[in-house]
Amino acid sequence: MSLETPAQSQAEALPVGTPRLHLIIFAVLLVLLLIAPFVLYPVFLMKVLCFALFASALNLLLGFGGLLSFGHAAFFGSASYITAYAAKDWGLSPELAILLGTAAAAVLGLGIGALAIRRQGIYFAMVTLAFAQMVFFFAVKAPFTGGEDGIQAVPRGHLFGFIDLSSDLTLYFVVLVIAFGGLLGIYRIIHSPFGQVLKAIRDNEPRLISLGYKVQRYKLAVFVMSATLAGLAGATKALVFQLASLTDVYWTMSGEVVLMTLLGGMGTVFGPLVGAAALVTMENYFAGLGAWVTVLQGVIFVASVLLFREGIVGVIARLTKKSL
Amino acid sequence: MIEAFEPAPDTRGEIILSARDLTKRFAGFVAVNGVNLNVERGTIHALIGPNGAGKTTCFNLLTKFLQPSSGTIHFNGRNITNLPSADIARLGVVRSFQISAVFPRMSVTDNVRIALQRRRGDSFDFWRSQSVLSAFDDEALRRVDEVGLSEFAHVMAGDLSYGRKRALEIATTLALEPEMMLLDEPMAGMAQEDVTRISALIRKISANRTILMVEHNLSVVADLSDRITVLARGEVLAEGSYDEVSRHPGVVEAYIGASHE
Ligand SMILES: Nc1ncnc2c1ncn2[C@@H]1O[C@H](COP(=O)(O)OP(=O)(O)OP(=O)(O)O)[C@@H](O)[C@H]1O
Ligand SMILES: [Mg+2]
Repeated sequence: MSLETPAQSQAEALPVGTPRLHLIIFAVLLVLLLIAPFVLYPVFLMKVLCFALFASALNLLLGFGGLLSFGHAAFFGSASYITAYAAKDWGLSPELAILLGTAAAAVLGLGIGALAIRRQGIYFAMVTLAFAQMVFFFAVKAPFTGGEDGIQAVPRGHLFGFIDLSSDLTLYFVVLVIAFGGLLGIYRIIHSPFGQVLKAIRDNEPRLISLGYKVQRYKLAVFVMSATLAGLAGATKALVFQLASLTDVYWTMSGEVVLMTLLGGMGTVFGPLVGAAALVTMENYFAGLGAWVTVLQGVIFVASVLLFREGIVGVIARLTKKSL
Repeated sequence: MIEAFEPAPDTRGEIILSARDLTKRFAGFVAVNGVNLNVERGTIHALIGPNGAGKTTCFNLLTKFLQPSSGTIHFNGRNITNLPSADIARLGVVRSFQISAVFPRMSVTDNVRIALQRRRGDSFDFWRSQSVLSAFDDEALRRVDEVGLSEFAHVMAGDLSYGRKRALEIATTLALEPEMMLLDEPMAGMAQEDVTRISALIRKISANRTILMVEHNLSVVADLSDRITVLARGEVLAEGSYDEVSRHPGVVEAYIGASHE
């Protein structure tokens, strides 16, 4: 080690330190989340977890692939509907219902993604929005979605046939496993050889093409991954609230998850979690304010775009000079 | 190098890259007009001309970042006119960009490593830790050192000065060991000491590859190039050694005319 040039020893200093910090944060987070349901309402916490996963899925696409989707409600919502329908009308077990909803989001992601990635920047965002609106109208009109009422009283059922999920506390730990697993999965994706390519696409797509990368394939791959994980979040949410409704597929849902990501810090590992927690908390505790919550969200959106574009975690990362 | 005086460009050596009647029209405006270009293997070939002459557009056509309106492009005898950009890069023709093209939010070493990573083929393995890429670290650092950036190895590329970004770009391109490099104004915005170092580097790396280079710094062009093509208003105005083209009346006129505009 002592024979290395300064450049080489620096080379090892950086990659070793950063993942260790992330590991510590994940571990602390897990401990807190294991204690949390005994202090806070499990349903509230499950909502935070679902949205943390949803926002992290969007962040995978936006913060690491540089692709702004304004139609992620399509994946969240359709998975939510399909899981709700499968659990209620077909009586599928919760794990199969979630799997089916997630798989549907993946297929939808493949279809929408294949068309959307042909466009760049704002046009990409508009194509995703347009498709999401189509999914929304489908949800309004289709005979099996329950129209304005949505699909209500979805049975949570028994996980693997023997774990009764009717207790909020039991379900919480299942949701924790799903969401935390999803977050670790995303963490692995962004720190994989594939993730390196994604960051390079985000930073400078033409340059990456000039190095011989077929970027369209990578964009499609990350789009499908992001859609799938958004679907997993929506499917899980359907079981938590025992409900799939038009709210899940409405464009405001797409906007909200973008807001969570921006507020927390896009392109950071922990930003979407913070953003999701902040917005869900706000919605729950200021619910009495009615429509003013939307106004407040609008103000936060404008502020986070104009004043601190890096988001909460982005600012902390800059001040502490750590990658978070 | 002693230049032959015969006008035909392909009497010596083998042609690695050739363009025939290359034309590009933009909404009624012809940016590149019937350009014929033959680049000989193992040479440094400069493409010069006043601003707006169509040099960058030529690069974009040769590497298929733009689709030619007409004309053909051959590399190593193979027609590459209809290949996508990434495939042309894979064949060994790698370009740089006029506006510095780095990956700003990645470290200097990671910039080079993303090029080295191409050797794995496709990198769709999202389940694997990126630590598998550390196999490329030593070589990436060597490339970084080669362009004089070793003290910045772990700096974010976006934080580098303009001249250093250009140097990093060359290191990244070199990491692919391309058979042919297309450099668009590699020295633009560099301090004189960097120009000297990068000139020396380009000469060194030209030993076993072909370089087509756009450059405004004429002393660099005079110093490095074996052959020069002068472009003006989208057309080839002259071709030959530096002495030949610099005596060409049309070339003198084009440069003086351009500086008066
Ligand atoms: N995408 C485009 N659409 C329309 N016109 C274009 C486009 N790209 C280039 N042009 C025009 O084509 C002409 C040639 O441009 P080009 O960039 O190739 O010149 P250049 O020789 O590289 O100049 P410079 O020395 O300034 O870099 C210019 O008049 C430019 O405005
Ligand atoms: Mg140019």
